[in-house]
Amino acid sequence: MSSDTSSDVSKLGALREGYKFGFVTEIDSDSAPPGLNDDTVRYISAKKREPQWLLDWRLEAFHHWQKMENPHWAKLRVAPIDYQAATYYSAPKRANAPKSLDEVDPEILQTYEKLGIPLHERAALAGVAVDAVFDSVSVATTFKKTLGDLGIIFCSFGEAVREHPELVRKYLGSVVPQGDNFFAALNSAVFSDGSFVYVPKGLRCPMELSTYFRINAAKTGQFERTLIIADQGSYVSYLEGCTAPQRDENQLHAAVVELIALEDAQIKYSTVQNWYPGDAEGKGGIYNFVTKRGACKGARSKISWTQVETGSAITWKYPSCILEGDDSVGEFYSVAITNNFQQADTGTKMIHIGKNTRSTIISKGISAGKGQNTYRGLVRMQPKAQNARNYTQCDSLLIGDKCGAHTVPYIETRNPTARVEHEATTSKISDDQLFYCQSRGLSMEDSLSLIVNGFCKAVLKELPMEFAVEAQKLLAVSLEGSVG
Amino acid sequence: MLEIKGLHARIADGREILKGVDLDVKAGEVHAIMGPNGSGKSTLAGVLTGKPGYTVTQGRVLYQGSDLLTLAPDERARAGVFLAFQYPVEIPGVNNMYFLRAALNATRKQRGEAELDAGQFLKAVRAKLKLLDIGEDLLQRGVNVGFSGGEKKRNEIFQMAMLEPKLAILDETDSGLDIDALQTVAKGINALRGPDRAVLLITHYQRLLDHVVPDRVHVLSGGRIAKSGGKELALELEKSGYAAFGDAA
Repeated sequence: MSSDTSSDVSKLGALREGYKFGFVTEIDSDSAPPGLNDDTVRYISAKKREPQWLLDWRLEAFHHWQKMENPHWAKLRVAPIDYQAATYYSAPKRANAPKSLDEVDPEILQTYEKLGIPLHERAALAGVAVDAVFDSVSVATTFKKTLGDLGIIFCSFGEAVREHPELVRKYLGSVVPQGDNFFAALNSAVFSDGSFVYVPKGLRCPMELSTYFRINAAKTGQFERTLIIADQGSYVSYLEGCTAPQRDENQLHAAVVELIALEDAQIKYSTVQNWYPGDAEGKGGIYNFVTKRGACKGARSKISWTQVETGSAITWKYPSCILEGDDSVGEFYSVAITNNFQQADTGTKMIHIGKNTRSTIISKGISAGKGQNTYRGLVRMQPKAQNARNYTQCDSLLIGDKCGAHTVPYIETRNPTARVEHEATTSKISDDQLFYCQSRGLSMEDSLSLIVNGFCKAVLKELPMEFAVEAQKLLAVSLEGSVG
Repeated sequence: MLEIKGLHARIADGREILKGVDLDVKAGEVHAIMGPNGSGKSTLAGVLTGKPGYTVTQGRVLYQGSDLLTLAPDERARAGVFLAFQYPVEIPGVNNMYFLRAALNATRKQRGEAELDAGQFLKAVRAKLKLLDIGEDLLQRGVNVGFSGGEKKRNEIFQMAMLEPKLAILDETDSGLDIDALQTVAKGINALRGPDRAVLLITHYQRLLDHVVPDRVHVLSGGRIAKSGGKELALELEKSGYAAFGDAA
């Protein structure tokens, strides 16, 4: 089942400028036949040599999905997706997984080189462990030994299924059940690989864990599955970054991320999302339909989501926190940019269940060109959430007069002692601000980038240092050509 | 340094505000432009620095011998033209110090000079702050965010001192200032004076000219320079008012 991607390269011809990561790597792929039925699910599970329980779990999810419908409540215009035309599994064609970086296909390493991923010694220098996901199979995991000596598990999802089945079986689907929503059900049925993290009791993970995802083979929907478990009193910071090569047809990305924080544990999850957004005419681009949810299971646990969303033609994403443990804390910091014809409907859900639970939501939406940006957020105070508190701040920034910003807060309070605060602002980058910066010698692009970065400051400061720098550059690149 | 010939300019609604301005400012000179409200003072400052919303219909402006009007606002700035704003603009979330360093390095790059690193920059900043008697707390705040009127004007002068422009245009920087702030402004201008620089002081009142002695004073009225003279002209205006010039329109 190999498809030759080299013909795609010639089809693409001279790659258009503008999207820096728009190249296609020529490697033989091992792909599932297009289409989606029970056999596809069995094929994937067999390919991955999965145990029977996981195959059953997948099939159960698939049967849920068959009864579900594409959600329509988001403020998005989505072209119909032909789920039968997509390919649901694609792995670099190599019989055995590489044991070290030397065994990794040089083409793949070159791809990472172009993306600037610190995989080799650069990873060691930067103190980042990279579990690089190329299409569907993890090709290299660095720092595994260092982490392993501490008892921290950081590996591909597939490996976790083989090596740590008891943990996977206990927690898989415990935060995002198979039938949770259309895209989560689809992911549960056909997920190919992803990352797994377990941090044992009382341990502070000494480095930022980082995964880069990359969609490569044509027409391959990518379905990542991430599961992070922070045991009692532990701490982990996880970075996720995404870039994808340029393609003309839309590609579907439907990931599921589940976080579990036990008593006194903390998880910090940061994303910089830079999938291909489509061209200036709105052609192509990634459909990013992601379910991310964390459960603060234990007392005094904490989960923080920080996201910078600059890419994708369509973003549908609501990283959420279920605050079960008393005194647990949920945070959501978000920057979402839409330029040209990009659409984003993103936000969070904070479900307060335990006593004295607290949540903070800071959302910064930036719309340029004909971009449409919607913040959608739910804050729910359950009957037992005594003295729970939420603070929400939603700011929108408009660049130009053809874009849109929308704020849709849902607030449900079933406990009279709970307090919810919501603040929202919408502003426009003024000609006066741009002229002021220019009159000090800054170019139009630099002026815009400065103003936008200032607007996003409250979110960017939550990112780990190396990510913050990348994010600032991305903001500038994403807004190129939006003024002047 | 600056040569303005028969300059006509309109604002967005089509009204002609400048109706043939002639002005010649030589290197080393300080010129004051005075005039009643609505005479075109701010329009002149805007046209010279490239502020959007103005259309030049006739005339030309030479800066150091070449056409100024074809340059973008940031190109003019990097070529050494500085505008101290009448109403400085707030940029939330952008640290004042970071902003100034970005501006200074953009200008230095243009001149082919090396960018200043954080240490060198801080040293330069401290020297200018001392000269102007401005507190360091100003540096860590957002650009003009929550500044009082006086702080905003002081910040403009501080930026001017750091950027060391060839041609500084001050648009009513003195209006609404208490005497201390006024002296900071005067100190900044006087420190900038030099044989290869020029200053255009746009002002409504005479009082700044007690502290900064101009080489020439011009009265702008009805979109034209109605009268020019030495520093004594400012005193004369203070006594007789602008009414004597009527509205040249």
